[in-house]
Order: sequence, then C-alpha cells, then structure tokens
Amino acid sequence: MNQTVKPASSGSSIIKTVGAIWSWLFLAFLIVVFEIWARLSFGQTFLFNLNSVQSILMATVQPLLLALGLTFVIIAGGIDLSVGFTVGLASVTAAQVMQSLNSSLPSGIGLALGIIAAILIAMIAGLVNGLLIARLNIPPFIGTLGMYGINRGVAFILAKGTTVPVDNPVNSALGNGSVLGIIPIPVLITLIIVVIMHYVLSQTKFGQYTYAIGGNKQAAQRAGINVERHTIGLYVLTAALAAVAGIIYTGRFTAGAAQAGEPTLLNAIAAVVIGGASLFGGEGKVVGTVIGALIIAVIEFGLVYINVSPFYQFIAVGAVIILSVLVDQSRRSVVGS
Amino acid sequence: MSANQQPILEGRGLSKRFGGHQALNKVDFQLFPGEVLALAGDNGAGKSTLIKCISGAHLPSEGTVFLEGKPIHITSAQEARTHGIETIYQDLALAENLDVGANVFLGREPMTKMFGFLPMLDRKLMRSASAEVLDTLEIHTRLDKPVRELSGGQKQAVAIGRAIYWKARVLIMDEPTAALGVPEQRKVVELIHRLKSQGVSIIFISHNLIDIFAVADRIMVLRRGELAGERNAKDTNGDEIVKLMVGG
Ligand SMILES: Nc1ncnc2c1ncn2[C@@H]1O[C@H](COP(=O)(O)OP(=O)(O)OP(=O)(O)O)[C@@H](O)[C@H]1O
Ligand SMILES: [Mg+2]
Repeated sequence: MNQTVKPASSGSSIIKTVGAIWSWLFLAFLIVVFEIWARLSFGQTFLFNLNSVQSILMATVQPLLLALGLTFVIIAGGIDLSVGFTVGLASVTAAQVMQSLNSSLPSGIGLALGIIAAILIAMIAGLVNGLLIARLNIPPFIGTLGMYGINRGVAFILAKGTTVPVDNPVNSALGNGSVLGIIPIPVLITLIIVVIMHYVLSQTKFGQYTYAIGGNKQAAQRAGINVERHTIGLYVLTAALAAVAGIIYTGRFTAGAAQAGEPTLLNAIAAVVIGGASLFGGEGKVVGTVIGALIIAVIEFGLVYINVSPFYQFIAVGAVIILSVLVDQSRRSVVGS
Repeated sequence: MSANQQPILEGRGLSKRFGGHQALNKVDFQLFPGEVLALAGDNGAGKSTLIKCISGAHLPSEGTVFLEGKPIHITSAQEARTHGIETIYQDLALAENLDVGANVFLGREPMTKMFGFLPMLDRKLMRSASAEVLDTLEIHTRLDKPVRELSGGQKQAVAIGRAIYWKARVLIMDEPTAALGVPEQRKVVELIHRLKSQGVSIIFISHNLIDIFAVADRIMVLRRGELAGERNAKDTNGDEIVKLMVGG
C-alpha cells in the first residue's frame, strides 16, 4: 500500500485546469462577444450600462433560486421536476392571502403573512416529494413528476384558473424596488440566499452529507447518517427556495399566477449542469450553479440585445448544455473516474 | 482462550431470513478480548450476513448479541459504533467523491468556528488527523483528492484507518485482503497483528487460508448458513478447514 498515485502529465493538467474553470472562461467569452458585437453593429456598449446589468441579474433571479435547491438535490443523486409549479403554487398562495387580508391589516403585515403561507405550502409540497422518494422509495424522477402535476392543479384551483391581482404597495416594492436605485431587491435577496447556500453546502455537515449521499448512499447510511431524513430535508429546502421565487414573482408583477415558474425548470437544471454538477450525483458547487445561471441569462439577454430572433435562445442554451457536459466528460476522462 | 474468560462479544442463536431464504441459521459465536477470530466458508455461506447482524447493517430475525455479557440490541451502524464496534465492509463503504479526511470522519465530523461564531467543518483537523492515521499504517498518498482516485489498497487503508482512528474495541473486517496485491495483503496481515497487540478484538473474514492461518487464533467455519465447526488455529490445518467448508 505504499505506491503514490502517479502525477498527471502536464498536457492533461492543462485540460484539468481549463475543465475546472471553463464556465468562468465561457461567461467572459460570451460577454466579450456580445460587447464587440454591440459596439460594431450599433456603437453601443452591451455590459457597461446599469440597465443591462440589472436586466441580466433580474433574469437570473428565478432560475437561480430554483437551481440552488436543485444543486443540492442533484448532488445527492436526485432530481426535482416539480419546482416550476411550486413557484406557481407559492405565488398564488401569497397573492390570495394578501388580497384576503388587504382591507383588514396593514400592507406590511399582509405581505409577511402571505410570505409565510407561501413558504409553508411549498414546504408541504416538498415534504411530500421527500416522503415519496425517501420513505416510499419512488424514483425521484417519477415522484416529482407526479408532484409537478399536483402542484400545477392545486395552483390553478387556488387561482380559480386566472391570475390573482394584488394591490399591496409593500408587495410591489419588494418586487420592483431597489437599494440606492442600483441593486434591485430581488437580486439582493437572491444574493443573500446564494451566500447562505454556499456556506451550507461547503461548510456544514448538511452539505457534507449531501455529497456523501450522492457519492455512495450505502456508505452514508453505514456511517450513521440519517439518509432518509436528510433526503426529505433536501426536497423541503428546494421547495422553500422555489417559494421565494414565487413570492418575488408576485411582487414584481403585483399578481399571483399558477404558471409563474412554468418555463424556468429546464433553465434551472441547465444552470446546475453547466455549473459542473453531475446528474449522477456526488458533484457540484453553488458557485458553479451561479455561473451557469449567469451564462444562460447573458445568452438570452444578449441575443435579444443584438436583435437575434428569440427562438435562437433555445438553440443556444441547448447547445451550451451539451457543450458543458462534453467538457465535463473530457475532464473526467483525464482525471480518471 | 480460557473457558472462564468472558467474551467481549457473543452471539446466541443468530438467524437471518431473506424472504424464504435462510441465510443464517441459529449460529452461536464468541469473540474473546484481544483475539482474532477468523470466519471461513464458501461463497454465500453467510459470513457477511453474520457480521452485518453484529454491525447494525441487518437486524437478525432471531437471536441475541451480547457485549461483555450484556444483551445489546443493535439497530443501526451508529449504535454499533457507540459500543466500539467498527466494521470494514467487503464493498468498502467509502464515499468515493470525497477525500480521505472526509471519509475517515464521515458521520462524525469535527466542527470549528468561522469568524469566531459561525460553525464550519474543521477540514484542517480532518486532514491532519487522517494523515496521522495513514502514517501509522505507512500509507502515503495525497489526502486532498477524491478517494476514487486511490488504488484498491489505498482505499482499503482508508477504511482501516477510519476504524483505527475511532479506537475500535471490536474490529470486523470482511475480506480486507480480497482486492489487494500480495505486498498489500502482507501489510494488512501485519496491521492485524499490530491491532491485536494493542488489545483490539478482531473478526476477520477471508477466503485465503494462508492469511487466515497467519492471523487467526480461532477459526469458525460456516456452511449454508450454519456453523460447520470451530477450531483453534494451532490445532488444525488447511485441509481440515476446507473439509468443514465443503462438508462431507
Ligand atoms: N440483502 C440480501 N437479500 C437477499 N439475500 C441475501 C442478501 N444478502 C445476502 N443474501 C443471501 O444470503 C446468503 C449468504 O450471503 P452472504 O453475503 O452472507 O455470504 P458470504 O458468506 O459473505 O459470501 P461471500 O464469500 O461470497 O462474500 C447468500 O445466499 C445470499 O444470496
Ligand atoms: Mg461476504
């Protein structure tokens, strides 16, 4: 047992380094391309204007909030397909609660109760996901697909099939206000959550066990980790973050909508994958997911900015997902898996 | 072992059924302090099943386990470990995506404080402590790499190191040499001697009779889930053990 592992050759160590930071490079590359394009074709800057930066960050908020929870779930070897409609469920719940309290309570308290109700109902949905998967051993793909339908149905029923307008000024300020006129409040909230999630994943036992479960569930179990409880916790956490996205949506559009998060699921999963997480579990980082979400937002906003038909966004994002997995695979084949 | 000595670990009438299949049928065993007990038997004889009933991986369908004469009811790996029973499984049970330190401390991570108040994993301590353990095993490998990048022998060392670090009183090793080359096998055998001299009681499962005779004080043979025989290592030989294994 004395042999040490052979050092990688210098060529492969370059691939290793590039593989590790490629998403950063790719984000920088995208920004440079859009910047040059914008300057050459209409003499304007792409990035160096507050409006663009704010738009990109605002577009990042919802997919990133979903992607943060998914990062945990995916690292643990699971998946959650229901989060899109958890957003809608939370959005509608917040709106209904605020509206029904509108005449009787101050706006701030109405908003607070709306937020609590939205997060609670989302956590119940997450709890059901967790119980299905951890206790009844239903594969995550199937269990959360079922909950996708259930959340969707409940959200539309609560909304009575339409959007639920909210006239609560504090709610609107939450979605549309900004700090010093620079940092939109939803961006600030997301930033705080990013920092917390990064801490939880990289520095706490909760994070460590998430990796361990994704790496080898049996090993985790034998090490005395309560895998069942932890798995349930992961789905509850993911749902709670989706609820935050739903609350922000309700503030921003001053209305609750069942379809508030419908189109975001795939971009959220894409952000996690582009960020370097493995769908087989065991690997991923919060910072990677943030970069992944930014890459998608920059592509989408950039293409609109340079007047490319929006349909190309789908193609571009799809291509980037495939590219990122290819980069990851070649990195792994060098490192050895 | 003298008859009046109390076993540190004892099983009486241990049985385990998987559906209709009787994997273990009323097996008794004793493990005495500082003893190496080898568990032999053909593939599927029930060796792993027996030790899993002790380590908390399985609940026996029938029977009782006694620790120093007191009956214990072990329902989880965690519980076994609090009794000082550490197990190295045949299939290792490492989280291969994590590094050596993380694996040695898996489930029992030491914490420290960030900025003086925020709890965080003490990775430095995990790394230095696991380096120390691996040093005593004379294993030299980088500790900051995921375990999957280690060789079979190095992985085995990590699993053994984990058990040693936590000061096992009873160490159960399920085929610790199976995946190893000859030099590594020797090292494991050496290691077992060293642990034994420190007073650790060891249950050692192996298909390799040379290894068994190199380490064991006593040999217990299982056949189709039943106890086929039990011999003192110095009073028997390979032929007799093989006969017990295959029956007839
Ligand atoms: N979890 C399980 N579910 C069903 N049957 C099992 C299970 N574990 C073991 N068995 C069966 O119990 C019997 C004993 O298995 P066990 O793993 O204890 O054998 P073993 O003596 O350790 O063999 P080997 O030397 O191949 O490791 C086998 O017939 C096996 O198929
Ligand atoms: Mg076995």
